[in-house]
Amino acid sequence: MQLPKLPLGDAVEALVDWIEQYFGWLLDAVSAGLGFLIGGLQGLLLAIPAPVLILLAAVLVWFVTRRDIKLAGLTALGLLLIWDLQLWNLAMLTLALVLVSTIVALAISIPLGIAAAGSDAINAALRPVLDFMQTMPSFVYLIPAVIFFGLGNVPGTIATVVFAMPPALRLTNLGIRQVPTELVEVADAFGSTPRQKLFKVQLPVALPTIMAGVNQCIMLALSMTVIASMIGAGGLGYQVLVGIQRVDIGMGFEAGLAIVIIAIILDRITQNLVPQYENR
Amino acid sequence: MKLEGSVIFEKASIEDTTSPQPIISVRNLTKVFGQNPEKALELHRKGRSKHEIYAETGSTLALNNVSFDVMPGETFVLMGLSGSGKSTLLRCINRLIDPTEGEILIDGEDIVGMGQEELRETRRRKLGMIFQNFALLPHRTVLDNVAFGLEIQGVPVEERQKKAEEILRMVGLGGYGGSMPGELSGGMKQRVGLARALTSDPDILLMDEAFSALDPLIRRDMQDELLDLQQRLVKTIIFVTHDLDEALKLGDRIALMKDGSIVQVGTPEEILTNPENAYVEKFVADVDLTRVLSASDVMRRPEPVARCTAGPRVALHLMEEHDIGSVFVVDRWRRLRGLVTLDDTLKAVQAGRGLEEIITTDVPTVALDTPLTDIISVIAGSRYPVAVVDDENRLQGLIFRGTILAALARKGEDINATA
Repeated sequence: MQLPKLPLGDAVEALVDWIEQYFGWLLDAVSAGLGFLIGGLQGLLLAIPAPVLILLAAVLVWFVTRRDIKLAGLTALGLLLIWDLQLWNLAMLTLALVLVSTIVALAISIPLGIAAAGSDAINAALRPVLDFMQTMPSFVYLIPAVIFFGLGNVPGTIATVVFAMPPALRLTNLGIRQVPTELVEVADAFGSTPRQKLFKVQLPVALPTIMAGVNQCIMLALSMTVIASMIGAGGLGYQVLVGIQRVDIGMGFEAGLAIVIIAIILDRITQNLVPQYENR
Repeated sequence: MKLEGSVIFEKASIEDTTSPQPIISVRNLTKVFGQNPEKALELHRKGRSKHEIYAETGSTLALNNVSFDVMPGETFVLMGLSGSGKSTLLRCINRLIDPTEGEILIDGEDIVGMGQEELRETRRRKLGMIFQNFALLPHRTVLDNVAFGLEIQGVPVEERQKKAEEILRMVGLGGYGGSMPGELSGGMKQRVGLARALTSDPDILLMDEAFSALDPLIRRDMQDELLDLQQRLVKTIIFVTHDLDEALKLGDRIALMKDGSIVQVGTPEEILTNPENAYVEKFVADVDLTRVLSASDVMRRPEPVARCTAGPRVALHLMEEHDIGSVFVVDRWRRLRGLVTLDDTLKAVQAGRGLEEIITTDVPTVALDTPLTDIISVIAGSRYPVAVVDDENRLQGLIFRGTILAALARKGEDINATA
């Protein structure tokens, strides 16, 4: 015998239709905004001649790592290799996609993390959602992204944002909750308003932990580039995908290596952005 | 309960020659931690004990109907073992913890009933707080830490930094404004904590085990300095400690706490000579036992000492400058090598010999935890001061005959010296 099948699929389709009908304008606005940001950032990165940008990146790394000349040199070498492999334009698109995804993800996750740290109710409500987001295979995010935004860089960015958000949110929440009680008491004892307490004590003290979240967010966004290329996001990820489809090992390897180089550089920059202070 | 000891009266009269009003007045304060304060209070009114209430409701009765007054300019010590409720009581005064029942009048205004805005204003203007583990903001410079209170009040940058620098100089840390807290020693950190509390010029200082995390010698320095500052500034201080020694040294009056209640309030003399019940007596009884005190409690800073690499002239100079007949010699790692006497050093200077050749290695030493009873016998049989060394033979402090007598005098029946 067979159970009558619940019309779950039909219900979801009806929901999608309903959203498209009533919130189409919102989807269009998000799509236009993200498209503008990605295009603008990519245009900006490409407007700077590659050698100049490589030099700037090396100087930036040298500066944030507090004069680590070796790391700055490796940064320059790595980027030169990408340029030499003629992957520069694709790499800049990937960088633009990763940066925009990260910025959007942080713009959502850090305020939510702060809210979760301030309220046990919000924290309890967010936790299952975060668990769901982190355990769901990342491919699944591609489906709603495609449904609402079609194919291209924008749906790729949306899927990436959803995938990259949870760690930044969790670590913001954790960082603020781990601020020593005495330091929170200092803020209160000296008559801080809740806003002063947040900006002068809690956030600065939690900053190293929050930056670990930012770092994770960027790394996840980069790891999503290949998967997002399945729904038309461009850049190095797409190059890897094409390499897989054509069984072109060389092509896939070169693009993959370029992604790794970008990942390492972004990782070192974000890890060193905030100095670690000794507590108490 | 006696409200004014003679000492307090003198201090208060510096500011106010008319009959003084209490600056802090705590009335029937009760605090219950836990889910069900109402039920706990009800059981409490029926006369159940703290333990019975916890067993029945899961709530803890942290403060039990506490009342006391503090006069302007008085140093009022809350003393008790851990879990006695002293820190909770302190935190109720600036409402870091909200009391369950009762009132706390500060300058006649009940802080318990205040709204958020009014509470903030009172905390900013009237209440400074100093924390056990210093609680300096690790991402700010010392100067910005000290200026924190004024920053919260919206004082412009230049003005608050000028004030902060002035206060830093006052606590002996002028020139350290640009350092980060992580670069300072414990004693220096707590000076910063003290400076931070003083910068907004509050009438009342709440000090929560402020010196408990410091080494014994540094702790004594800080106590002396607080007494010194207090003479100049005349603040009202509520000082929480578990150390009776500290309480006797600093307090104009002491409140002994047990299980959330105040067991006795009185001047140091009253507490020592007239303990009100067995608990207080037991607490106080330990005090004059030489057995309880160890070398680290009574030792003095090891100064002067000569480095073994220094010449006899340096040693001679040290002895002349400090007017002493012998000086201890240490190596580069402050490990004790021995002692040189004035006579030997004079001869060495004349004969042109080195310091190494005249060191007497046969000097009395004791460990940090050697009880006072044992030290007395050591010092009685020696012509020299006793050196206190740690496990690695590093010189930590010196004990002179006078040191022990002074320590005993402080702790014995005659405690007038401290009061």
